[in-house]
This record gives sequence, structure tokens and C-alpha cells, in this order.
Amino acid sequence: MQPFSFTQARSEDEAMAQLRQNSRFIAGGTTLVDLMKLDVETPAHLVDINALSLNKIETLADGSLRIGAMVRNSDLAHDAAVIKNFPVLSQALLAGASAQLRNMATTGGNLLQRTRCYYFRDPAYAACNKRRPGSGCAALEGFNRIHAVLGGSEHCVATHPSDMAVAMVALDAVVHIRGPKGERQVKIEDFHKLPGTTPQIETVVEPGELITYVTLPKSAFSTRSAYVKLRDRASYEFALASAAVALDLNGKTIRSARLALGGVATKPWRSHEAEQALTGGQASDQAFRAAAEAAMKSARPLRYNGFKIELAKMALVRALNEAAQL
Amino acid sequence: MDSPGWNRRSFLKAAAAAGAAAAMPDIAVPEPQVKPDVPASSQSIRLKVNGTSRQLNVDTRATLLDTLREQMGMAGTKKGCDHGQCGACTVHVNGRRINSCLTFAVMHDGDEITTIEGLADAGQLSPMQAAFVEHDAFQCGYCTPGQIMSATALLREPVGNTDDDLREAMSGNICRCGAYPNILAAIKSVRSQHS
Repeated sequence: MQPFSFTQARSEDEAMAQLRQNSRFIAGGTTLVDLMKLDVETPAHLVDINALSLNKIETLADGSLRIGAMVRNSDLAHDAAVIKNFPVLSQALLAGASAQLRNMATTGGNLLQRTRCYYFRDPAYAACNKRRPGSGCAALEGFNRIHAVLGGSEHCVATHPSDMAVAMVALDAVVHIRGPKGERQVKIEDFHKLPGTTPQIETVVEPGELITYVTLPKSAFSTRSAYVKLRDRASYEFALASAAVALDLNGKTIRSARLALGGVATKPWRSHEAEQALTGGQASDQAFRAAAEAAMKSARPLRYNGFKIELAKMALVRALNEAAQL
Repeated sequence: MDSPGWNRRSFLKAAAAAGAAAAMPDIAVPEPQVKPDVPASSQSIRLKVNGTSRQLNVDTRATLLDTLREQMGMAGTKKGCDHGQCGACTVHVNGRRINSCLTFAVMHDGDEITTIEGLADAGQLSPMQAAFVEHDAFQCGYCTPGQIMSATALLREPVGNTDDDLREAMSGNICRCGAYPNILAAIKSVRSQHS
């Protein structure tokens, strides 16, 4: 591992002030320490933000939920307000990683976690545009079973690994970011970037910026929500395909719907096409299947991951059935 | 072997050739992406491990796992994958179970750490340790400290009562011998004493 210097921040101001050239904030460490051991991440300085008081979950006056960036995944998953009002989020968190890792991983860190693409994680492979911009993509012609069928480019087809973020996309979450120029808010749908020609740029977070909170607005659909995750083993594994859905029903009529997919796309993937297919119609297995078709219409399989298209449809239909409780 | 047919060696050779023919990306000797521009640095921290406070000087790169094993001489906590994928390194930090391989020791100044060496009380095995012995919940034993640290922590966590709930709560600890049924039995016996 490359040597690095280390400081601890006790406040957001201190955290910003302690940044130097080639610095990283470190929170739970579950991605960063792992990738530093692999020489994929090589920061010269770490600013430890574990002592920041961004560790609270609060219901605000307008009914929205404000989650501090340092709230651990386990605490968020077991929070009574989350279980009651945003069940899809609790389910998604508990579907991710293991109990030990959830005790470490934070809300902000989870949003910033990096892909599990084998070629990205192993510097022995020369070609990875995410790791070495301009070097090519080994996954395009390599073993690409776990890679993306949606949102890829000729420069990168790596999937975003988060479960939590997929649920947050279905809940219209807002990410609060603090930087040298002040604070800003970004809709979670716009937080992660498509790889395009610059797969090394994964989010809108600029150097020197810190995620402070994620807020979940109160909505008519968040309580009727569900997460379904399909993977190679029953637990402690990343998704091959997952679906987060939230429905606002009047009887059987769908007033509005939110659908997001994980494991199949280069970012947590919201499907407006599938939402439109459902809105105004009746909740039924047939309607759910039609929505799943719409969600995957633009999917483009690689050599080894064609199965993900059917798998994602199944995940969506099952999640819709669970949320609708028909 | 004079038969013109397949023998084991020719089969392996052909299989290797076929494997090589399938297009896989080139592997190159990696160049370091960033040359180290920072000298190694160390810091003084205080860890309270199993009730005893120790002042230590640690390299910033040292994980909590390596610090416990190499610097403090406590080899009970095991290193399996070293990447958070097996759970052998599970310890408690301020009462919660974590993977000690994925955290730097410098991040734990002032924290209370409990390792497998800290569970027994005056030579008396903890209830979970005793249950693992009673139920023969291990074979080679390498994953056992991590299994017991996880199982001990889950007694304080919101975990349901079905076998599936327990298996899910223990999924972060891999056992290559496959002692899972007996591990489950050991945990269930301790939980039934608790309730």
C-alpha cells in the first residue's frame, strides 16, 4: 500500500480545512481500504470524518426524513421511521453486504462506493478507462457476466454496486453536498453520472466537497414499496439484478409509480419508461410485465450477460407484486 | 500409454490451449499508477483491547487486524481474505461487530476493542464459546474466532427467530469446512438460554 498521512476532523469545517493534494475523506472504509490494498486507490492523505456529528436520522417538520451522511447502514436499516415509512430502503440496506460491513458502511460512503468490475479492481489489467483514463476497457471483450446492459458506453460497462442507492432513487431522495462554495442539493437521479467518454467521473461530487445529508421527501408512494435482489447466492453477494419499486394506489388504480434497477446498469437506474407504462392503469400482473418490458427495452447485452435482461424483468415484476400486495 | 486416444496429460494440454484461445484481456505487468510522494508515517494511538489500555505507535497503513496480530501479539483474530469477504477478522469495536481488515488502526484512537481473547472470564468460556464446543461447531477452526465474535454480537442485534434469520445474520462469516449446521445449533442454544 502507498504511504499516506492521516488527520482526524471533529467538524465539517475542520474536514474541509484538512484536505490537501490527492486527499480522500475516509468514513466506514469498506470500499476505500479495500481498494487501497489493491493499489487501485492511492491517496496521499486521508481525512477521517468518523467523528463528525452527521450521524442522526431526523423526521423534519414537513414529514421528510433527514439522514446524516455518517449514519451507518445498519442503523438506517433498523430505524423505526425508515421501516414504517420507507420500507424499500430498509429492505435494500439489509440485502447489502453483511452485518459487519453494514455496521461500518455509511450513507454517504455507500453512494460513493465503486464498481466491483474485476478489471477495475485489478491493476494487472492494463486496460481500464475508469482506473487509467484512455487505456481502454478490458470488460468489453473479456468476461462480462456481471457487467451492465443499461447505460454503458464503448468506454465502460461497469455496474454500480449499491443496493441502498437504488432504493433512494425510487424514493426521490435528495443529496446535500457541502463544498468551498457553499451548500448545494442534487436529486439522486442526477447524482451518479453515466460513463460516456469519462467513466473515471462517477458522481457530481467535486474534489473538496463533502456529502452531509440525504433527505427523503414525504410522498404518497413511499410506504407501499419493496426491494427484490437476485444474485449468485442467497446472501452476502452483489446483485446480478435488483429492483426497487414504490406505488401510490387508489384501489387498484396506479396514481403514480417509482421504479429503479440495480446490478444491471452503470448507475442506479430509474426507469421513467416503466413508470409511464404503469401510471393511470390498473395494478395487475399483466401490467407489471408490460412495465418490465418497457424498462428493459433499450437494454444491450454483452457476450456473457444477456441473462440479466430477463432477470431484471423478473425482479421488477416480483417487486411490483410485493409492493402492490394484490 | 500407447493408445492414440485421450489420456489425462493430452486432455489437460488441449484444455489449456482451448482456454488460452478464448479471448481474454491482456495481462501486463502493472506500473505503479502514482509513485509514492509521501514518506511512511506513523501516529500514536490508545486502544483499549479486552479491557486493557495500550499506547501504540502505528504506521497509518496498518489495519486494526494487523495491529492486533502483529504489533500486540494477539493472534486469535484471523486473517482470511483481508478484503472483507470472509469474516475471519471479526472483532467488536465499541460493542459492534466489524471486519478488522477493512479499517485502519489510526481510526480507532480511544476505541474499545473486544477480540476472541477477551470473551472468556477468568478462564471460564463465554456461553457462546462453550456452545461452540458443546455443538462441535467447527472443524479446522480457522473461521471460528470470527464466527464466535459475530454470534456473540448478534445476541444484541434485532435478529428474527427463524433459522433463515440466523443464517442471514451470520452470512458475513464463511466456513470452508461447512460447519454451518452446528454453528446454527450453537447459536440457537445460547439464544434460547437468553430469552
